Amino acid sequence: MSVVTDIAITPEPESLTTTSRRSGSVLRDALRLWRTRIGLVLVLGLTLLAGAGPFFAPHSPTDFAGPPFSNPSSAARFGTDYLGQDVLSRFLWGGREILVMAVLATAFGIILGAIVGLLAAYSRNWLDDVLMRGMDVILAFPQIMLALVAIATVGPKPWLIVLAVGLTTLPRVARVTRGAAQPIVARDFVASAEALGVPRIRILGRELLPNILSPLMVEVSLRLTYSIGLIAGLAFLGFATSTNGANWGTMINQNRVAVQAQPWGVVLPVIAIALLTIGTGLVGDGISRAAAGIDRGRSTG
Amino acid sequence: MTDDRTAPDVPSIVVAGLRIELTGSGRDVVDDVSFTIHPGQVMGLVGESGSGKTTVGLALLGHARRGVEIVAGSVRIDDVDVLALSEEQRRPLRGRVVSYVPQDPAAALNPALRIGTQLLEVLEAHDFGKSSAERSERVAEMMREVALPDDPKYLHRYPHELSGGQQQRVGLAMAFACRPRLIVLDEPTTGLDVTTQAHVLNTVRDLAGAHRVAALYVSHDLAVVSTLAERVAVMYAGRLVEVGESSELFANAAHPYTRRLVGAIPRLAGSRELIGIPGRAPSPGSRPRGCAFESRCAFVEDACRLELPPLRALDDDHMVRCLRAEEVRAHPMPFAGEAMAVSTPHGESVLSVQQMSAGYRGVTVLHDINLDLAPSECLALVGESGSGKTTLARSIAGLHAERSGRIVLHGEELVELARHRSRESRRRLQYIFQNPYGSLNPRRTIDQIVRQPLEVFGIGGSEANARVDEMLERVSLTAAYASRYPDQLSGGERQRVAIARALVSRPDVLICDEVTSALDVSVQAAIVELLGELQKSLDLAMLFVTHNLPLVRSIAQRVAVMSAGRIVELGAVDSVLLEPSDDYTKRLLADTPSLEAVQS
Repeated sequence: MSVVTDIAITPEPESLTTTSRRSGSVLRDALRLWRTRIGLVLVLGLTLLAGAGPFFAPHSPTDFAGPPFSNPSSAARFGTDYLGQDVLSRFLWGGREILVMAVLATAFGIILGAIVGLLAAYSRNWLDDVLMRGMDVILAFPQIMLALVAIATVGPKPWLIVLAVGLTTLPRVARVTRGAAQPIVARDFVASAEALGVPRIRILGRELLPNILSPLMVEVSLRLTYSIGLIAGLAFLGFATSTNGANWGTMINQNRVAVQAQPWGVVLPVIAIALLTIGTGLVGDGISRAAAGIDRGRSTG
Repeated sequence: MTDDRTAPDVPSIVVAGLRIELTGSGRDVVDDVSFTIHPGQVMGLVGESGSGKTTVGLALLGHARRGVEIVAGSVRIDDVDVLALSEEQRRPLRGRVVSYVPQDPAAALNPALRIGTQLLEVLEAHDFGKSSAERSERVAEMMREVALPDDPKYLHRYPHELSGGQQQRVGLAMAFACRPRLIVLDEPTTGLDVTTQAHVLNTVRDLAGAHRVAALYVSHDLAVVSTLAERVAVMYAGRLVEVGESSELFANAAHPYTRRLVGAIPRLAGSRELIGIPGRAPSPGSRPRGCAFESRCAFVEDACRLELPPLRALDDDHMVRCLRAEEVRAHPMPFAGEAMAVSTPHGESVLSVQQMSAGYRGVTVLHDINLDLAPSECLALVGESGSGKTTLARSIAGLHAERSGRIVLHGEELVELARHRSRESRRRLQYIFQNPYGSLNPRRTIDQIVRQPLEVFGIGGSEANARVDEMLERVSLTAAYASRYPDQLSGGERQRVAIARALVSRPDVLICDEVTSALDVSVQAAIVELLGELQKSLDLAMLFVTHNLPLVRSIAQRVAVMSAGRIVELGAVDSVLLEPSDDYTKRLLADTPSLEAVQS
């Protein structure tokens, strides 16, 4: 009951510098780790492939390049798919949609999740309870079920997929943000801003947010990894924007029946999705290690 | 204390040529540390943060913290060199021959074990006593020695069922359990109330004397050391600068640093201004070739910069590391500054607290508080932890919602939370926090931090720039600081930034909540000096909250003493401190360690 805040504290400068690290220096530290560099190369490579791929595609993704499931030839480098369309061209076209939707869904989830988390951590009253129990309700549903229910009722609209996937990441981000922000809220510079009468929204944005950027950056790459997987998974289940539009997830489903006869239609998108998620995962791991200071002092890791 | 004068004059602890480096870098944290301690003697090791005192204390156990290593020197305990032993050979010595009392007793005791079990464990680990009955008897004896109840019911308690002072006494009992030859105490009373601290200090002195245990008392608190230790070693920048009898050192110090340090300690007798030590101590790696205090020393000459002065004997048992010690000593001790002109406050009160009560979740911690603050007056609010002084300060600042009664600022009644108060009242009333490590946002530059109040109060443009520059200059920070971040600043510099932030909006009431308790004495003196100067030049009314009674003399004109949520005494500083009328104030004054006891 007696909240005692006046115990003498002997300053220990060494122990204090480690706790407060600016996000810029965290990113620099992360870039010194090999895992981050490899991850970044993978992510950049696949983003380039998905973004610029269509310009290098030899065929239109819906053109017929030969009989269905035909083997690689000079006309179709990686053979044809179940409708006789060029696998390479469809592969080069098929990353865009996944990547754009994953980035949008993640951005949606992170921004909204961070706002909910900061609000909950700062309010310390009934609002905290209401927000976090709401998050628990969303968390109770398996991610893919929640997305499926939404899409099955309205139909596979791109905005709906983004919204549904973003909504499933939101509670996870909110939890991490709240957890990271709670010790910050208790610190005196927040009380100092309150005593000055700084508006609440500015306390959230300018006092709290900059102090939780490191965990939030880790969360961005982690959520991006899951969003890519989820959106590709939805496409595999048939919930892509259009069934004949090129999409890595759709491709795997369409060509899996003949995976033994003509594996390329499945192998190429699988490798691409795998490398992309490994890349984002490695970047996230690198940032979280740098933020925790695990590998500091070592040039490689 | 007196019986070892008759004992054979053979020191039981001999530390020689100790050098400790940051691992792999060759930078010294501690160098050339040599001293001896006689059985039954308490030796004080005094230094400010970063001076290496704790590192030396741990080295006496043969231990080095992560990131540092002991590279040279010896620590002989009864002719056994602890540092020459292997880690396996050293382990049985710890607790039996040399033991350690850490700063935080709560962290040192296992929260899951009953204290009786933990005490028995120490004895069992060192095969002390032949039977379990004998060991139990010893546990009871230990408890009596540290003035705690020895009944089984008490021993069945868990650490969290004990107060901080009781926990620290259990820690002492553990340390003395196997009758060691040496005990290292690392600031064991930091965080305890003065009354509790006085009891713990008495226990340490009695036990060390009675069982002829040599004790090294590591502390930043000169006043505590002066009441406890017979001999004191002063550390500065990793080296001993002066070693001698405690009374000699405080009355007649020969090293300029020791003299400035003594001058920076607030005293109960006489209202004096405090004088801080300008500059900061060099850190490992940037220490100069010559004397480390050279850049802050008033007596410096060229020879000081050429090479490190040796630690040389000045008198019998008085060593000093200064080339000009004889001349330095010829000067009178710089016992703080001039006597302060104590003016009696006059005029209508600017801030008035009327019949205020406050609590936490229905539990009342402040009862019927009445306070008036006159213009340009400094009123000190003194009390131990838990007395409610911080709650009172936070209620006034609008950070504590659960209160009743009235707080009136310039005739305007203030509502509970700062957010709902008028902009003008928020501007006129400013607050400085206890811990400068927590009160500055680590992600904002000093310029942004100092500018924040101006943004809130709608002052921008060139006016804001001018005010920020002016304020940084007034708190003696150069323009180069503006672009830095708080973690690049020392504790004292951070507190200066906090002061600049509080004053940039030109308030007329300033509330300082324990603003120096996280700082070293020399830094504390500089901050108090600055606050006093600013208070006069800016005509501020100031409420100075502190647990440090002597400090009150150096800043305030009136003092209010708080105990258990009530103001028990309120009056002019002289009358309250010299002729206290309340029993609580009398007890507080009696328990406060001060240098006067040594010097008189």
